Amino acid sequence: MTERLNKVSDDKQDIRAWLLSDSPANALQAKLQRIYIGWLSFKTNPIAMLGLFIIVSLILIAIFAPLITHSNGVEQELANRLQPPTWAHWFGTDELGRDIYERIVWGARVTLYIVFLVSVIVMPIGLIVGMTAGLFGGWVDKTLMRITDIFLSFPRLILALAFVAVLGPGLENAVLAIAITSWSPYARLARAETLTVRGSEYIMAAEIQGASKVRILMSHIMPMCLSSTIVRLTLDMAGIILTAAGLGFLGLGAQPPLAEWGAMIATGRDFLLDQWWVPTIPGIAILVVSLGFNLLGDGLRDVLDPRSGGGD
Amino acid sequence: MTLVNQGTPFVTSLIRVLSKIFSMLIMVAMTFLGLFIVTFVIGRVMPTDPVIAIVGDRASDEIYQEMFLKLGLDKPLWEQFIIFLGNILQGDFGYSVMTSQPVIEDIKRFFPATLELALVATIGGVILGIPSGVLAAVNQGKLIDHSVRILGLIGNSIPIFWLGMVALLVFYAKLDWVPGPGRIDFYYDGIVEQVTGIIMLDAALAGEWDVFNNALGHIILPAIMLTIYSLAYISRMTRSFMLDQLNQEYVLTARVKGLSELGVVWGHAFRNVLVQLITVIGLTFASLLEGAVLTETIFAWPGIGQYITNSLFNADMNAVIGGTLVVGISFVGINLISDLLYRLVDPRAK
Repeated sequence: MTERLNKVSDDKQDIRAWLLSDSPANALQAKLQRIYIGWLSFKTNPIAMLGLFIIVSLILIAIFAPLITHSNGVEQELANRLQPPTWAHWFGTDELGRDIYERIVWGARVTLYIVFLVSVIVMPIGLIVGMTAGLFGGWVDKTLMRITDIFLSFPRLILALAFVAVLGPGLENAVLAIAITSWSPYARLARAETLTVRGSEYIMAAEIQGASKVRILMSHIMPMCLSSTIVRLTLDMAGIILTAAGLGFLGLGAQPPLAEWGAMIATGRDFLLDQWWVPTIPGIAILVVSLGFNLLGDGLRDVLDPRSGGGD
Repeated sequence: MTLVNQGTPFVTSLIRVLSKIFSMLIMVAMTFLGLFIVTFVIGRVMPTDPVIAIVGDRASDEIYQEMFLKLGLDKPLWEQFIIFLGNILQGDFGYSVMTSQPVIEDIKRFFPATLELALVATIGGVILGIPSGVLAAVNQGKLIDHSVRILGLIGNSIPIFWLGMVALLVFYAKLDWVPGPGRIDFYYDGIVEQVTGIIMLDAALAGEWDVFNNALGHIILPAIMLTIYSLAYISRMTRSFMLDQLNQEYVLTARVKGLSELGVVWGHAFRNVLVQLITVIGLTFASLLEGAVLTETIFAWPGIGQYITNSLFNADMNAVIGGTLVVGISFVGINLISDLLYRLVDPRAK
């Protein structure tokens, strides 16, 4: 028994030594090493770990939603309406007799869907605009950056409202409106990163080997821009979730009966005085998740992007 | 010869300043143009028919045609844009269907309420945020620093519209400490003459302290909600600016020379941070102007955000576009002014 335990700990030691070796044998090892060293420093930050815990829980809850609930969160049960929190209904029931706990669980999926949609729209637009501007320079750079600056100085929430008015209320449209108004900081970031690596020798080497501009952008410059944009996205995610919830609250985002937390607050608002749990609990859910993203982003920034520590 | 030698640096620096101002003006003009284009596009692709919005869907074809021509919808798009631009520059945003008044008149009524709220929340953020940011920077890595940082992160994570709702429940419905939603109780409404449009200021000017107190009671909760946001941002930025300064050599010199800690922090480091803070305060104020939308909805605050959202639900196009433009123009304007101030005051900014 002790031998086996020793063997396991030996294996662990080997992996650790391999991950911390001074002379990585190949690119994969080097990559894993960087992640591991980053993780070691991330692990020492309890606040960031709390953020990670919240986000991982959110993802797990969203994945296993069918296993930890009895219904799909939209079926009504009018006999049970507005029940206070009990053992049967942990968070009580809403005005249509739906269990609020179950709706919160299903709402985790909606929240993750928003996070995913915004990321896949905002990151590519920002990266492409910023990297193109940085790599080509000259009038391309000037034009693209002017457009970016213009978008940067727009009032975002108001424009998102106006965009939703055009596109019509709905979750996807709300996300689209948020994305249209929030890609510009990423373009700025990507441009700055591109400028710092553009003159590097490895880019020149790739050029001499005949790599096309697209190839240089995609496989040599983009990886260098990713970490700072991911940090920024994580930090922005709280704001994005709050805006999406706000649009949902105004009735411009997710539409009933979808279990979106902002919309749940809006419909629960009428019951605030006598059935406080109906609007209060979705609000706590939003608070916890956006706090999770803020804490995680704060910690990630310290690990991945120490230069910009604390600033904006 | 000597004259030329003395004159040249002056002339070149003058030319440099002028060209800087010129390029900034171009930037300003382009930003506004971009804003106008975006709002114009939003107005054109709106799903509501602007003609039906005015004449109603039971109007005869002739009336419809007449209005169609009157609105200039038969003209090419670029010409429509020029007309749109001309109208905006003259302050003509058309009529609101909802209030059947010129949109600009509505905005004059609603905008001061938003200004008042944003102003109070900015002041709150400055008064609380700057000292806490400085305190955090001075005690970097200590308990105080972590507390300020975490409180700031929490402030950034709270859905303000939800917190406002809960605050109304607790402080208005349960404890009855504050008057309810709205800007003023209706029996105080209209007592003071509207001078600035900001009720508290007007009441103070007229010496109507009952009105002032009532207005103050109404503004406290929504202002606190928005202050949470401005406080978080201002204190975070103050902390990071202060850290930059405190790590510099002149601070060390001042300490070595035996200057008191208070003198080093406030007399030396903080003075160099002031300029950067102007920009941050400007940005805060601008984002409060637009960020007040949700708070206004919760507290039934008759501001521009509520005006825009109500118009949205009533498909009142002119009002939505007009409101968006006014907020957009103020937002862009404040940002540009604070940027300009920063460049003018701080010689390091090039």
